[in-house]
Amino acid sequence: MGKTIVEKILSAHSGQDASAGDIVLAEVDQIMGQDGTSPLAIKAFREMEVERVYDPTKIAMVIDHSAPSPNEGVSALHNLMREFKKEQGITLYDIGEGVCHQLMPERGHVGTGDLVVGADSHTCTYGALNAFSTGVGSTDLAAAMATGKLWFKVPPTIRFELKGILPAGAFAKDLILFLIGQVTADGATYKAAEYAGEAISALSIDARMTIANMAIEMGAKAGLMEPDEKLREWLVAHGYTKWNPVYPDPDAVYEKVLEYDVSELEPQVAKPHTVDNVSPISEVAGTPIQQAVIGTCTNGRLEDLRIAASILKGRKVHPEVRLIVAPASRRVFLEAMADGTISALVEAGAAVVTPGCGPCVGTHNGVPSDGENVISTANRNFKGRMGNSNAYIYLASPATVAASALAGEITDPRPYITR
Amino acid sequence: MILRGRAHRFGDDVNTDYIISGKYKFKTLDMKELAMHVMEDLDPDFYNKVRPGDFIVAGRNFGCGSSREQAPLAIKYADIAAVLASSFARIFYRNAINTGLPVVEVDTSRIEDGDELEVDLSKGKVVNITRDEEITAKPLPSVMIKILNDGGLANHIKKNKGFALED
Ligand code: SF4
Repeated sequence: MGKTIVEKILSAHSGQDASAGDIVLAEVDQIMGQDGTSPLAIKAFREMEVERVYDPTKIAMVIDHSAPSPNEGVSALHNLMREFKKEQGITLYDIGEGVCHQLMPERGHVGTGDLVVGADSHTCTYGALNAFSTGVGSTDLAAAMATGKLWFKVPPTIRFELKGILPAGAFAKDLILFLIGQVTADGATYKAAEYAGEAISALSIDARMTIANMAIEMGAKAGLMEPDEKLREWLVAHGYTKWNPVYPDPDAVYEKVLEYDVSELEPQVAKPHTVDNVSPISEVAGTPIQQAVIGTCTNGRLEDLRIAASILKGRKVHPEVRLIVAPASRRVFLEAMADGTISALVEAGAAVVTPGCGPCVGTHNGVPSDGENVISTANRNFKGRMGNSNAYIYLASPATVAASALAGEITDPRPYITR
Repeated sequence: MILRGRAHRFGDDVNTDYIISGKYKFKTLDMKELAMHVMEDLDPDFYNKVRPGDFIVAGRNFGCGSSREQAPLAIKYADIAAVLASSFARIFYRNAINTGLPVVEVDTSRIEDGDELEVDLSKGKVVNITRDEEITAKPLPSVMIKILNDGGLANHIKKNKGFALED
């Protein structure tokens, strides 16, 4: 019987012929934790009474969610991570290095065929690199650090066949928002998604990560893509030297195959307070906004900042809008400075904050006020997500956020796009 | 183990930001303190209303959103005995078992706020005493029963010096 990408990766890592529904104990290649989850993982690791981590070279921790620390409580938790790094010899990316889901691929920790667990729900991002990567909790993370293994229930897969090429003005973010609207917030719970077709092949690796990143917003355990030459070149450029491509078998068994033609997709917007509350831009255009955010593990990469800058360059952000930009990593920040992207954004009126999660999760860096509307490139718009449950969050592409920041209301970016 | 308590009813898609807001989760490892804010955005008075041993009862996709283990822990430290929902988000479900919070996947459509319930975890049976109805729950995978019986994953690893999931 043919196998999906997930079935093949979990078989290879468990030494067992695994199919959907089986429970396997698998070796993990990389383990990641961030500052919201690592402290609890360290606590659980202590409770396990294990002296040393299984393999320090496989473990990376990232201080990105509240970085730099906004208060002494967080500072103490950050120091717990720093001490753990010294004690166990793991990798630690401290404040200003960037968002965990940018650093793992960018610094060569992940590639084709790998099995990665991260104590962060958007760990599914690395599916764009043909890895099986999934979010776990802190205790699972501690168990993986202690034993090098974790148990998994092999998920069935939904395959998305995406035909056509995205039209000018519609981006990877619009595509994934559209798909989430179609299958709903729990449409893929306990399942994996495979995204395939012409629409995916045409995208850059940055853009593919935007799509894999949001697999969890349809409930999926992972969102995977097939490897191609573009990916191989990207991995080499980012210092990842293995090449172990995993393709699904032609006769792989899918739970279902969904086909969409994306060649006429309009820009999409997710309205408050759920990610699957998605409308085409024409239905929400004109909604006033007070804050705009460009960044996060979904859309804070170089390509995203460049798209925003292409719209904002030589123009001014609306006087009643605050535009906050958080580059996804130090490297992205440096590259965006070198090519003039950052100056275009800052001249237009953007406030640039430390590479990291920025205001995404409401710990600092731009908490909205009561009754305000925010348009953001992030992946979640839950009530209270950005630290104020009386604010309203709309999710969109960097282009839509940039165009909206100029107009002071949700705005179709297509008039600005020349391609 | 048989648990008995009152139902606190919530709807579908209760996400981890509602269970415990990100603005609290990063501040502390003191779960008692986090527990005081549990479900605050959906019901500001929730923590004060709960009596030890009560249940959270919800619709579909309970616990969707982030992987924060503070979510099941805050519920557990608010003295909630178990969460009953029609379905759970995957990471939350795992985290709950790993931290020793019982979760029961069961058709909750006929359970109302304030109903008196009796939950038999090992048999997977829920009795709605108020309505005199019995509902059968979906059983936990055997791997999870092992972990729950060991008092959570940290204890499981400590006791067995690693994973011991084979039958
Ligand atoms: S940017 Fe937002 S969604 Fe991404 S890891 Fe950080 S807090 Fe989570």
